[in-house]
Amino acid sequence: MSLEKRSRIAEYLIEKGLIRLSGYAAVLVLLLILFFIMREGLPFFGVYNAGDFLFKTDWYPLSGRYGMLPLLTGSVMVTVLSLVVAVPMAIGTAIFISELAPARVRGIFKVLLEILASIPSVVFGFLGIIFLGPWVQKTFGLQTGLNAFSAGILLAFMALPTIASVADEALQAVPRSLREASLALGASRIQTIFRITFPAASSGVIAGVMLGIGRAIGETMTVMMVAGGSAQVTMNPMAPVRTMTGTIAAEMGEVVMGDDHYRALFMIGLLLFVITLGVNTLSGIIIERIRRGQGGQKS
Amino acid sequence: MEALPILKLEKVNLHYGDNHVLKNISMDIAANSITAFIGPSGCGKSSLLRCLNRMNDLIDSTKIEGKILFGDNIDINDRKLDVTQLRRKIGMVFQKPNPFPKSIYENIAYGIRIAQGAPKSEVDGRVEEALKKVGLWKEVSDRLKDSGMALSGGQAQRLCIARTIATKPDIILMDEPTSALDPISTQTIEELTLELKENYTVVIVTHNMQQAARISDSTAFFYLGDLVEYSPTKVMFTRPQQKRTEDYITGRFG
Amino acid sequence: MMTRKIRLSDGIGYAFVYAMTAAAFIPLIAFLVYVLAKGIGRVNWEFLSSASSSMESGGIFAPLFGTLVLTLLSLLVAVPISLLAAVYLSEYARKDRWFRIIELTIVNLAGVPSVVYGLFGLGLFVIFFGLGKSLIAGALTMACMSLPLLVTVFYQALKAVPLTLREASLALGASKLSTTFRIVVPTALPGIFTGVILATARIAGETAPVLFTVAAYYMPNLPQSLSDQSMLLSYHLYVISTQNTGVKDEQKFAVTLILVLLVLVVNLVAIGLRSRARKKIGNLG
Repeated sequence: MSLEKRSRIAEYLIEKGLIRLSGYAAVLVLLLILFFIMREGLPFFGVYNAGDFLFKTDWYPLSGRYGMLPLLTGSVMVTVLSLVVAVPMAIGTAIFISELAPARVRGIFKVLLEILASIPSVVFGFLGIIFLGPWVQKTFGLQTGLNAFSAGILLAFMALPTIASVADEALQAVPRSLREASLALGASRIQTIFRITFPAASSGVIAGVMLGIGRAIGETMTVMMVAGGSAQVTMNPMAPVRTMTGTIAAEMGEVVMGDDHYRALFMIGLLLFVITLGVNTLSGIIIERIRRGQGGQKS
Repeated sequence: MEALPILKLEKVNLHYGDNHVLKNISMDIAANSITAFIGPSGCGKSSLLRCLNRMNDLIDSTKIEGKILFGDNIDINDRKLDVTQLRRKIGMVFQKPNPFPKSIYENIAYGIRIAQGAPKSEVDGRVEEALKKVGLWKEVSDRLKDSGMALSGGQAQRLCIARTIATKPDIILMDEPTSALDPISTQTIEELTLELKENYTVVIVTHNMQQAARISDSTAFFYLGDLVEYSPTKVMFTRPQQKRTEDYITGRFG
Repeated sequence: MMTRKIRLSDGIGYAFVYAMTAAAFIPLIAFLVYVLAKGIGRVNWEFLSSASSSMESGGIFAPLFGTLVLTLLSLLVAVPISLLAAVYLSEYARKDRWFRIIELTIVNLAGVPSVVYGLFGLGLFVIFFGLGKSLIAGALTMACMSLPLLVTVFYQALKAVPLTLREASLALGASKLSTTFRIVVPTALPGIFTGVILATARIAGETAPVLFTVAAYYMPNLPQSLSDQSMLLSYHLYVISTQNTGVKDEQKFAVTLILVLLVLVVNLVAIGLRSRARKKIGNLG
């Protein structure tokens, strides 16, 4: 009998060609994103000074002035505010889900987290306009309740699921033997959680927070609808601000394709892309380090 | 009268990366016989079994030297060989029964269909034949559409054997086929194996010496990658020639 | 004695955890209940199935239709490519440098802001390919955005299939391709399906990427072809929330309710499927 190889051209083509190429699709998309944003945006620096763009504070596109610093500070401010609210909530929730809740309750709350995560950003924006804004305006006696503070609160709820689920994973990864050793010494559950378990999971929690930062910086609709829309550098959380994302979304509808304003918006997009890439890569590295570290410690 | 060898191994050496797992294995396996590979854990018996149907190809760092000849002196490691056809001629039953999450019928029909498109009537016939050969037909003929995974351990393993013989192989390799089964199922499989000898050649890896003694015609004893002794079963278990063999058989280690 | 002191700090600890958890979820539940209460009044079959001639009131069939069509189109493009990519990563790729690069790329793509995908879609599909603001441009953009999610979920589903099933198939003489598409993929189907459903909810809810690529403020008729723009549910909600042009609150809540229900129901189905799939895999291997 002969067991010679039949030539299987079709199979070979499919395997080497189609499947392998699809595997590289993600890389292709990333490169395309980079390329096309640069394509539309880089010409901007032919007509405008990069330094002025990044550091000047006057964003008046109608007068041809594109100092985007206020947009950057707007994004940062809203993000910081959201973290101030989100991190404690996320940590508390993660501790509850991971360390205190019985298995069934844990399951329910994990589903609740997913539900929270799935709510569209435009719905959060609507919530801000119809509820939070007016409430903040009344409570703090302001001109408008659509400001960094309100946006920050809403963003906190959007970042919460991300931070909480990564923190939960980190807590779950702490070896049982550590908890048992602490309890065996007579420590209470709470003491064990806050003195042993949580510190052991801290790098994972940090990674989760960084992912949350990425989420908050990149959020568009909510800030567009709720953050106010005034491009000013300010330390006052109750002031209306503009974020990078909101600016792109709001102004792109009014530009002429190919003109300076249009290109400026693409440049903001590029900056946004680079920032979120950096934040996500960093958190990825941290997560990788934890996973490798855990490998040596797991009981 | 000695049957012609259906497998000839000549100076087979196997490396997993830096590990020299099999050292200079030479042996002939006779057709229509049951050959048992025995030895302590890590001796290489499963690795050698997996060389025979080139399942070691799945592991990246494998290097094999020497010759393994099948049937009419076909070198199974020849690059020009179509390994999928080889595997239809040399089938394998695994340690833990692994039926596909498909119906009982489809589990067996799968092997037939991937070989060549056969008309439904022929497939029906071959499925029935395979199930009969393993003694499952009576038990499952009225529920062929049920999931193969709903079967109990012993039945599931018989399904896997039926699945293997549906491709009409010459050799059936068995990698500790009963170690995950209860004693009664084990006995059923052992009886089945003895019946299979009539039409197939069986090579069985087992860590259970009594099993080897019960069903095999020849036994090969491996230790740390060496083929220590290879003789007819009756001889190996009554008058072992090597001290290591005798030590293993009498339970001094293993 | 000492017991008291520890009890106090324990109490604080518990209080913190429970308070934070409550703070995290009570607003969510309260909000959902409120939306339901305020919006349900206007929601009936007519609301969903008839188009409206004005933005202020009337049926939302047009945006609903647009969202469904866009979602379907996006999935049609994204799912096959993502599945093949996941197959590559799970069955064919070696764990070498390239694998790490692809993995990192997918993680990074997942973190790209939605408005950047919008710019990308504008630059590549609308302008460079000359598709203009259209359903096809929007669908391609959303497909790119769904890629990381789909590939990740598909990859995990494929990886969960026990190795021993692949071995059994190969040992029968099946080729790797046959094994992959006749055994591995079918076994992973529940997980794959879950991924598709999760992506559906994502696509239906997104607004930013569609702003520049397909969304229409108002269209008198339904889109007739792939190159038409379309109204979309998410964008519609944005528009009626931010323009104070006499849109009644009930209308806004009704639209919100539909959008939230759509996304919620789809996600819950996915979660349910996933836990069933997990139980099934637990019986294998």
